[in-house]
Amino acid sequence: MYKQVNQKAWLLVLPVVVLVAFNAIIPLMTVVNYSVQETFGDNVFFWAGVDWFQQILNSPRFHDALLRQLLFSAIILAIEVPLGLIIALAMPRKGIGVSICLILMALPLLIPWNVVGAMWNIFALPEIGLLGKGLNNLGFDYNYTRQPVTAWFTTVLMDVWHWTSLVVLLCYAGLVSIPDDYYRAAKIDGASAWAVFRYIQLPKLKRVLTIAVLLRFMDSFMIYTEVKVLTGGGPGNATTFLSIDLDKMALGQFDLGPAAAMSLIYFLIILLLSWLFYTLMMRNEAQ
Amino acid sequence: MTLELRHVTKSVAGETHIFETDLVLEEGSFNVLLGTTLSGKTTLLQLMAGLDRPSRGEIWFRGQNVTGMAVQKRNVSMVYQQFINYPHLTVYENIASPLKVAGMDRAEIERRVGAVAELLRLKPMLGRKPAELSGGQQQRTAIARALVKDSDLVLLDEPLANLDYKLREELRDELPRLFAGRSCIVVYATTEPTEALLFGGNTATLHEGRITQFGPTGTIYRQPKDLISAQVFSDPPLNVAQVTKQGSRIHLAGGIGFDLGTAAVTLPDGPYTWAIRAHHITPESHPGQPTLDGRVLLAELTGSDSVIHFHLDGGTWISQSHGVHPFDVGAEARLYVDVARSFLFGADGRLMGGSE
Repeated sequence: MYKQVNQKAWLLVLPVVVLVAFNAIIPLMTVVNYSVQETFGDNVFFWAGVDWFQQILNSPRFHDALLRQLLFSAIILAIEVPLGLIIALAMPRKGIGVSICLILMALPLLIPWNVVGAMWNIFALPEIGLLGKGLNNLGFDYNYTRQPVTAWFTTVLMDVWHWTSLVVLLCYAGLVSIPDDYYRAAKIDGASAWAVFRYIQLPKLKRVLTIAVLLRFMDSFMIYTEVKVLTGGGPGNATTFLSIDLDKMALGQFDLGPAAAMSLIYFLIILLLSWLFYTLMMRNEAQ
Repeated sequence: MTLELRHVTKSVAGETHIFETDLVLEEGSFNVLLGTTLSGKTTLLQLMAGLDRPSRGEIWFRGQNVTGMAVQKRNVSMVYQQFINYPHLTVYENIASPLKVAGMDRAEIERRVGAVAELLRLKPMLGRKPAELSGGQQQRTAIARALVKDSDLVLLDEPLANLDYKLREELRDELPRLFAGRSCIVVYATTEPTEALLFGGNTATLHEGRITQFGPTGTIYRQPKDLISAQVFSDPPLNVAQVTKQGSRIHLAGGIGFDLGTAAVTLPDGPYTWAIRAHHITPESHPGQPTLDGRVLLAELTGSDSVIHFHLDGGTWISQSHGVHPFDVGAEARLYVDVARSFLFGADGRLMGGSE
């Protein structure tokens, strides 16, 4: 028996290779290309080496944006994960309520991101928006277009509204998959509701929560569209997160070299942090 | 100390899961609930445990009506088909959990957990987590949790069904020993007639939400009250045929007839349902026994047993015999029928004559 070498198989892989090349490899290599060169347009390039990377890593502007980004992700995780878990625990397990809750929960996830931004932009306007006008009528001095703190408040609120559902749905799926017998066994043991949560539900949700934290971390770290539409990074630079900063640099100032270097650094930070999160949580699991 | 179900029924959303049931279980007894999947075993166990409330009727325990009493106050323990343990607690902590909840002091907990772990051969695994144990050890841990409490009522819901063959046999042999000398009432739900026979004690045959018969296991096996009880208590399935009786002879379809002997003569002639368990139809020759000639549909050789499905006058019959009896599918087979061990049921399904 001879093994037939069939080169035609390559043809079958070709469509995927072309697709991946055009949507991932080629754009990424273009960015790498820009990040090590200087250009003044007209397709004239000069070799710049690691200059752009040094410049970005040393720039206070980048440091500020990174800090804002980290703070934002930390706040988002601290609110959305516990809140999502609580909502999931409170959701009904049987009957018509299940479908209603699931649909309500899924709604924010189905709305296009720029629409979410536009909705909250109008909703929070101090002169006409329900939230903005309402808060001012209640006596709060609220104007997200001028005050950094209220701009943050609005951005966080928007993200919580938009994405807590994802955590809820993940946790709910995890909860539903716990067999009834566990609850019966706990009941027979005389375990309290807290003990059921602490010793059955939480351990059984560990994997799901790991995924929820990872997804919410990555997405909040890359938040762009909603903030772009809501505040545009303002007031001042108050909500200029990494992605907004990158956008300003690349499309506002056309500093293609530094912008390319920054996006690669940005990419590596996300990769590194995600790896760290994952490894830490999985090591916990192994113990 | 007895557990009594008085006129207990359970229906959910207009559908009756348990029809009116009266049952008395004695102190220190081992009771098997035998029935197919969905026959109502789990529902009945949950009613006994107090995890579910009967729709009608009362449950009495130690002469006290416990119908509405919360399960936590009843000193009940239960083992499930799935291995239910706290996933991130060690085996020791798992076994100790019901005692901790009860607020027992540490030295006593340690003593009791030690004793139960010894009994269930879990001593070397006390420091491990459930995920690091084999299925058999996980289920041993769950059983240990049930035993450590010294419950008055221990309910086991198909505890061996998820174990592989060898572990199942091993734990099956140990179970009666675990409960020997305890005063608790044990209820063991299973789909397998062999388990009921192995454990002895009492058996209740359950069919579509009704207890068809309850009594000492041997009696029920040898003298089922009706056709359904006999069918529930037969594996492989009972061979059943519609017959006409004349004198001591019964006539099956296709001109086959058997002589049932003098015992049958006293019964009125007419139509009956005749039934015989598979292991009384065997390929080994027995002089004097009547024979059936059928065509082999399927021959399952399970190592110690041969189960042969054969075709005879439009019906499928099953023979079970010790040893290996290879048959080719489609071949003609001659089988010997031990008619003395067959049953005769009346038109209403009640046992009229015969015994195992």
